[in-house]
Amino acid sequence: MTTNDALAFSASEKVIGWRLFLKTIVARAYPRIIGQQREKSWVFFEIFLPMLAVAAYVYVYRAIGAPEEYVGFVVVGGAMTAFWMNVLWSMSSQLYWEKEQGNLALYIMAPNSMMAILLGMAVGGLLATALRAVAIILLGSLMFHVQYSVASFSQLLFVFFLAMTALYGMGMMTASLFLLLGREAWHLSNLAQEPIYLVSGFYFPIKSFNFWVAAAASFIPLTLGLDAMRQLIFPSGASLGFLNVTVEIAVLITLCIVFLVGAKFLLDYMERLAIREGRITENRR
Amino acid sequence: MNRSETARSFKMATWLGWQVESNWTDPFLFAVYVIIKPLAGAAILVVMYSIITGGDYNSPLFPYIYLGNAFYIYVGAVMTGVSWAVLDDREHYKTLKYMYIAPISIPFYWLGRGVSRFLIGTVAVIVTLTAGVLFLHLPLDLTQVNWGLFLVSLFIGVTMLAMMGLILASITLMVAHHFFMIGEAVAGALYLFSGAIFPLDVLPAWLRPIGFAMPITYWLELMRRSLIGEVAQAFPTLAQFSNMQLIGILIGLTIIFGLLSVFIFRWCDYRARELGLIDRVTNY
Repeated sequence: MTTNDALAFSASEKVIGWRLFLKTIVARAYPRIIGQQREKSWVFFEIFLPMLAVAAYVYVYRAIGAPEEYVGFVVVGGAMTAFWMNVLWSMSSQLYWEKEQGNLALYIMAPNSMMAILLGMAVGGLLATALRAVAIILLGSLMFHVQYSVASFSQLLFVFFLAMTALYGMGMMTASLFLLLGREAWHLSNLAQEPIYLVSGFYFPIKSFNFWVAAAASFIPLTLGLDAMRQLIFPSGASLGFLNVTVEIAVLITLCIVFLVGAKFLLDYMERLAIREGRITENRR
Repeated sequence: MNRSETARSFKMATWLGWQVESNWTDPFLFAVYVIIKPLAGAAILVVMYSIITGGDYNSPLFPYIYLGNAFYIYVGAVMTGVSWAVLDDREHYKTLKYMYIAPISIPFYWLGRGVSRFLIGTVAVIVTLTAGVLFLHLPLDLTQVNWGLFLVSLFIGVTMLAMMGLILASITLMVAHHFFMIGEAVAGALYLFSGAIFPLDVLPAWLRPIGFAMPITYWLELMRRSLIGEVAQAFPTLAQFSNMQLIGILIGLTIIFGLLSVFIFRWCDYRARELGLIDRVTNY
């Protein structure tokens, strides 16, 4: 085989189209999952410490004499905070970090889709975070003797899948917005922790709020996702639920479509804008 | 290490920390940023409390929780301020290696970086307390406050938190950049043991000794006693201790944590140099 033949053969083997898309997803998800396993300190910082914070809220409820199902609400809410933190810090503000580290320009120069890179981040982040969330639920349930009574496993899995799809879709959408931001990206992520824990009802039923406040908070997928999951796994969940589970599923499906389509359009637009304004390699430290 | 080097390191780090924390936006947005986060944190507890008690803000438990939570803002702020500087310099600005070869004292540089968070935390505490008095009938009367006890306790407490922050900063030298702030994660965990938002008696008996070993427990008790004396004394956990005894315990534990911070810094610093961790980047 001549050199030209070898080059031609090599070119014909190039990964393009949907195969490139899938390979990009796997490539970006890889460091999220494998890289983390190489750094064992995450077990302490991402499972044990959040578990203690969850326990603090459990004991607040016990101190004020709350019914025991609220303990379960806190454990499930505490586990779900891991996903919110992951979306906030490892999705939304990730492109800002990539820009600061010089990777963003490489991503854009490479012949792959930015959407695939973000999907890879989402898939990797979701899998790694799911491990932490499961650990928090297991530990919390054992420590505080939380009783579950699952009304429908299929609905529960479906709600979780929808909530995660919409949540990470939202993360992909906001990531594109962060392409234009500098240091404020980091501070905005920092700002979106406690206020979201509050309005999304991570530690109490969202029904406690005024209807319109709860409805506005439903724009964040975890609000309805959490509410529906609590309704499906706790005996008294339905009486403390904000909306009927079927309605919440319908809203979550809508959010999935809105956020994923929005992510695609916004990413294309922001990428063009950022390139035109020269912000891809800008480093406003 | 001479006095001028430590003072210079601290002073310049304070200025640098303030610039890093505040000059990313205009003053108005910065003020909103400083106010919203702590108010939301307090509101979570207020909503939890009001759901269960039906809004019974006259119970002594409410000011206990509210004051503990308000002053706990300092714990997260100071510990994060000091420890985050390590990751910020090492992985974001990539300047930690330059700091190491500069003629400065690294521990005093980190402590200085925490001052801006302390100042921001002070604003957050004041805003949280004001919101409590204005909207939630928090029984805080400025004419009845024991100002001497308050100022002494605040000074010792912040010193103690800075020492804890230094311990955390030293440990941070050895660990990877996780997706959240280690200082806030540790502060969130210590929330459980310090009696910040519930009396220690609520904890299982086998966990209470951890709370009694934490200086934050005594500091928060002193802050509550100095502001609203009778409320803190309504709970039996530390009622047998006088104010002076509590101050003595707090000073003793602060000295212990101060000594620990020196030894832990030396060990972590040595290990980080030996393992080549001073300039690594670990953000996945």
